[in-house]
Parts: sequence; structure tokens; C-alpha cells
Amino acid sequence: MATLALSLHFGGGMELLFDNRRDHEITITLPAPADVRLLIDWIATNLLQERKELFLEGPSLRPGILVLINDTDWELEGEEDYQLKDGDDIVFISTLHGG
Amino acid sequence: MPPKLCALCDTSRAIIKRPKTGQQICKECFFWVFETEVHNTIIGAKLFKHGDKVAIGASGGKDSTVLAYVMKTLNERYDYGLDLYLLSIDEGITGYRDDSLETVKRNQQQYNLPLKILGYEELYGWTMDKVVAKIGKKNNCTYCGVFRRQALDRGAASLGVDHIVTGHNADDIAETVLMNIMRGDIARLGRCTLICTQGEDTIRRSKPFKYAYEKEIVMYAYFKKLDYFSTECIYSPDAYRGHARVFLKDLEAARPSAIIDIIHSGEAFEVNEDVKMKTQQTCTRCGYIASNDLCKACALLEGLERGMPSLGIRERRKKEDDTPMPENLRTIPMFQMPDVNKAATVELSSS
Repeated sequence: MATLALSLHFGGGMELLFDNRRDHEITITLPAPADVRLLIDWIATNLLQERKELFLEGPSLRPGILVLINDTDWELEGEEDYQLKDGDDIVFISTLHGG
Repeated sequence: MPPKLCALCDTSRAIIKRPKTGQQICKECFFWVFETEVHNTIIGAKLFKHGDKVAIGASGGKDSTVLAYVMKTLNERYDYGLDLYLLSIDEGITGYRDDSLETVKRNQQQYNLPLKILGYEELYGWTMDKVVAKIGKKNNCTYCGVFRRQALDRGAASLGVDHIVTGHNADDIAETVLMNIMRGDIARLGRCTLICTQGEDTIRRSKPFKYAYEKEIVMYAYFKKLDYFSTECIYSPDAYRGHARVFLKDLEAARPSAIIDIIHSGEAFEVNEDVKMKTQQTCTRCGYIASNDLCKACALLEGLERGMPSLGIRERRKKEDDTPMPENLRTIPMFQMPDVNKAATVELSSS
């Protein structure tokens, strides 16, 4: 088990699914390995207010949502397999909204 | 795991994986390649001439916000010599467009570009709020799309502008290719992949982001901390485009080059010479480009005014529809192509 303090940010319209709040400071305890997959699951269960289908597709994050881990594209960090560290800063941005 | 270094400069830490190339690059190199690719698109397609007056179709959303920023940057960096304007259309959607227009007004200040806002109310006498109150949510996107296209041209004409650039990106164009294939709309399929469209009686339109991936546009806005607005239109919970969009995002997740590949497929379609295409004509009522006697906007507006919305939605008018237009119905003013040699005399909003 690992207890982690994380900063979460939602943008590009995703904040609407989270009580219209962009920034969320959380402290969570996750079983090892505490990866982003578990975090996404935790968010869907504990933080998401509405319309789960706009966040998840099956058990995974919906395609079209960009993720940055400490300001780096999560595709460079192993995506869902990234091992969370205390103090990490995770940003989710939807690209699915109109331009 | 040591931080990965940028594939281009080999000095800074990589922060993004480019969907187009798979390259891992740093922030400064990302800004540079993104801007340079748009510049190359512009130069390669010879989109502008020195001294052109160009309106940026600005919605306050991510694409047009990034477009305005990049156009201004490139115009200065490469001395395009363009006179740039922001042109926004106010569809009259309370709680959606009014908020996004506030973003455009901030962009006007941030980028120091003149802004013109033209409203559906002013042009058609109908806001989208009123249209939806009349016809409901079904088909309302048809009205909004038809009205916006013409409003942009009329706003541009009033600015004395000879060219409109829009923020359509590679993902948008790939979606449109898919939609036109599924609808069997061969005429639009041919047009939708063109980087620049111009008819005799329409204002030149271009898409400098034709090859720019949405992911990179959003990442660019994020790292540049650009101020944009993102909320789904309240009248469009799940339109046809939404399905194409979700499908495309699934394809992209499996293989990022799918987006460019679909655009390429759209470009490669050839239509047999003996296929009859609709010829374009001029609307008998307002002078705008039309495929029938009346342009789509006039047909839709007449339907609204007469309380028979189906009039404008149907492809073909029935005989009994052709009763004379009752008097006192609102119509759209005559469209005139701008005289670009004449200075614009319209008032630009200054706040």
C-alpha cells in the first residue's frame, strides 16, 4: 500500500464532469503497484460527478483525452503503467470539445 | 528511468510524443516544429500574398485561439505582410456563445488584433435560442451551420477582407471525409480536403491547420498557456459528427497516422467525368452562392418566418410551397463581394 498526495487538473471541458472544478488536491492510499490505471479507476469511482462515458471507455481512459504527468505527455511515461510518486501532478485535457 | 532527451536538439528533456511522427521532442522544439509546419503548409499552398487582408474565424475555442496566435506569430516572423482581423459569429446561444465571445474579446486584447462580431440576430433576425424555441433541438445544427457559413462571408465582406482562415485541423478534416463517405456526398467529399476553396462569388477560405493534429494543437495551447473556451454546445449533445469523431479517436489510438491517411484517401478519390454534379448559381433573393434558386439560408429563413420549418430542411420544394412570399417577412440583405481595394468602413468593436 502506498499513500500519495497528488494534484489533479481537468481542462478542455472535462472540468464540467468534476463539479466544474479544474484543480483537485487528493491524498489516496492505493495497493502496489500504484499506477495510473488505478488512479483512473479511483477518479471514476470517487471524483467523477456525472457522465462516466465521457471519461471512460470500458475500463480505460476514453480516447481523445490527453494526459500529462508532471507536464510531460503520458505517452512518454508509460501511460497507464506509470508508477505514481508522492507529489505527482496529473493533468487531463479533453480534445473532444468544439474548437 | 532517466529522462528521455529530445530527438531534435538532443539537449532538453522530451515532453511530447508527436502523433504524426512518433518523435519524442522537448517543449522549445515542439513549438518550433509546430509553427514551422504551419508555415510550410501556408507557403507550399501559396495561401497569401503580401498585403492580403485576412480574417481569422474566431470562436474562442482551442483551434481558432491557437490559429490566431500562430498566424500573428508567423506574420511577424516571416513578414507575410498580412492585415489580420478576428471575425466572430454570435449565434445567439445563451450560456454558450456569449461566454466564448468573452474569450474572443480577451484574445483581441492579448493579440492586439481588431475584432468584428456579427450576430445571427442582426443578420437573420433569429438567434439560435429563438430557432430552437421554434423547431426544437432536432435539425438545429443544420440551421446553425448554414447560417454560420454565410455569416462568416458577410462579416468578411463588411471588413473588406478577401480571405478567411479557419481553425479546421487534420482531425476535423478526417472526420468530414468519413461523414461524406458515409452520406455518399461526393460533391462535398471532393471539396472537404481542399486546403483552400474559392468560387467566383465566394470569399477565399483556407485551413492552415489542415495537417495539424488536434493533439498537438491542444498541447500547444496548454504549454503556451493560451486562453481558450471549451464547453459543448448546449443544443448539440450528440450530433452525427460526434460518432465520426469517436470512431476516429479509436482509430488514432490504434494507429496515429490514421488521421493523415484518411485525409489522403479523401484526396485520392476521383469522380467519373460523366457523374452529374450540381452546378452552383446565385440565390435569386439574396445574391449568395446557391445550388437552387434560393440559397439554403434563405430557404431555412423563409421556413422559420412562415412557421413551416420543413420548407428549408427538405431537399426539394413541393409545388404547393411555391406560393408567393407573404410581405413583411424578414429576408437577408443582398450579398456583395467585398471590394478589397476600398478601405473597410465598418466599425470595429473597440472594447
